Amino acid sequence: MIRFGQVYKRYPGGHEALQDVSFDIAKGEMVYLTGHSGAGKSTLLKLVAAIERPTSGSVLINGHNIRAIKREAIPALRRNIGLIFQDHKLLFDRSAFDNVLLPLQISGFDHREAAKRVRAALDKVGLLTREKANPIALSGGEQQRLCIARAIVSRPDILLADEPTGNLDAEYSSEILNIFKSFHQVGVTLLISTHDQTVLQRFPARALHLDHGVLQQGANA
Amino acid sequence: MKTLREHLHVLHATLQRLWLTPAASLLNMTIIGIALSLPVGAYVLLKSVQQLASTVADAPQISAFLDAGKRDSELSALKGKLESDARIAKVEFVSRDAALQQLQQSTGVSDMIGDLPHNPLPDTFIIYPKVTDTKAMEALYQELQSWKQFDHVQLDSAWIKKLDALLDLGRLATAILATTLSLALIAITFNTIRLQILTRRDEIEVTKLIGASDSFIRRPFLYFGLLQGLTGGVVAWLLVSASLWLLNGSLANLTQLYASDFQLHPLTLPDSLALFAFSGYLGWLGAWFSVSQHLWQIEPR
Repeated sequence: MIRFGQVYKRYPGGHEALQDVSFDIAKGEMVYLTGHSGAGKSTLLKLVAAIERPTSGSVLINGHNIRAIKREAIPALRRNIGLIFQDHKLLFDRSAFDNVLLPLQISGFDHREAAKRVRAALDKVGLLTREKANPIALSGGEQQRLCIARAIVSRPDILLADEPTGNLDAEYSSEILNIFKSFHQVGVTLLISTHDQTVLQRFPARALHLDHGVLQQGANA
Repeated sequence: MKTLREHLHVLHATLQRLWLTPAASLLNMTIIGIALSLPVGAYVLLKSVQQLASTVADAPQISAFLDAGKRDSELSALKGKLESDARIAKVEFVSRDAALQQLQQSTGVSDMIGDLPHNPLPDTFIIYPKVTDTKAMEALYQELQSWKQFDHVQLDSAWIKKLDALLDLGRLATAILATTLSLALIAITFNTIRLQILTRRDEIEVTKLIGASDSFIRRPFLYFGLLQGLTGGVVAWLLVSASLWLLNGSLANLTQLYASDFQLHPLTLPDSLALFAFSGYLGWLGAWFSVSQHLWQIEPR
């Protein structure tokens, strides 16, 4: 599903964010991405979501090579990827319901069908009762769950999470990881970046460990 | 069906956005409306004058004024001579008495005329030439001028030529005005959309990240530009129509004194529709330029 082959990413100014990174993630796998901050975790996720292109090497997502993908083909690729941001990136000019509705509006869903799906997604993350609330009125953990609901509402094959438990206490973290596990069980491919070692201990899975842009372990399943 | 619903949804959201900032929206519409009303007003004025000119200019004629004291037999001989000319279609005789009567009826200066000791008007032949091109007309006019029987000969198309030239000038001025103000409209929309894009930057970035195509992101802004231009066009229409209504009121008093029924014609339905379509299109164009330029700037790299 996700395949990196000798990937280098160099930013203008000469900073090497990733060096010779190669790994494979099979369909339906749940994989952690670990490393200190600045190790290249976010860069790696950006390459998967086609937010950035590799300097060299190949990044294959569902058979599409990100290095050569046409600009017009990117939206279709992204609709198949659920993105969960550390800073949530929620829109505060609309309700929780409308935030989750956004991906379905983009793909042009029938309104009634879309409403059903939005409620199902909100229910999944335990926010069904807060659908009319403005995201600004939600707690940090609730905002994170809302972000997850938005990422899963269009039922993507791949879910990318950038430090989803970053600012949350242990209880909230467990809640969110339980949600991830349930997606894993229905066959979604998950790539979760985290620097939180307790998470790995409690929900063990394969981990890719990055150190200064170099993949240290986890390249092979 | 699906796309229609999407478009309706965007239209609804755009109207809401216009509604949420009433002061700014009204201001923009008024500016656009005023900018458009200037060339539109000039156009209406030109069209009315042109229409007036065309009713008069339909049949160019030559008026030949006779010396006083001609006998009836002389007159009929002269008329026969004129009518036998192959270049002349019709000859009409207006006696001095008839001319006086006509003048008394038409211009409301009867009091003044009544005071005159004798009729100052000459007998006149109104000659309708068969030839229509300017050169032949000029030749006929020259020839008639040399006839001894006529005191004075006047070609009535000279002033129409001058008017035509003047109208051409007016049309050119209107075209220049319309072009510059259209550019202004595009610039106004460009700037409004630019500000909107800046304030909605987060939303654009997020929608882009979750898979929105460029056309999806562009659509609400294009609708906004279109609607803003269109409402500006409606404002211009209202301004011009109201001005015409006011002007025609006082114009009626004036033209009555000149025994004319000249009035400024309101915008016709095709003209109005063309105005709306044009203003909407210009708004759309301004938005398109703006969105194309600014979306590229905030492209995630």
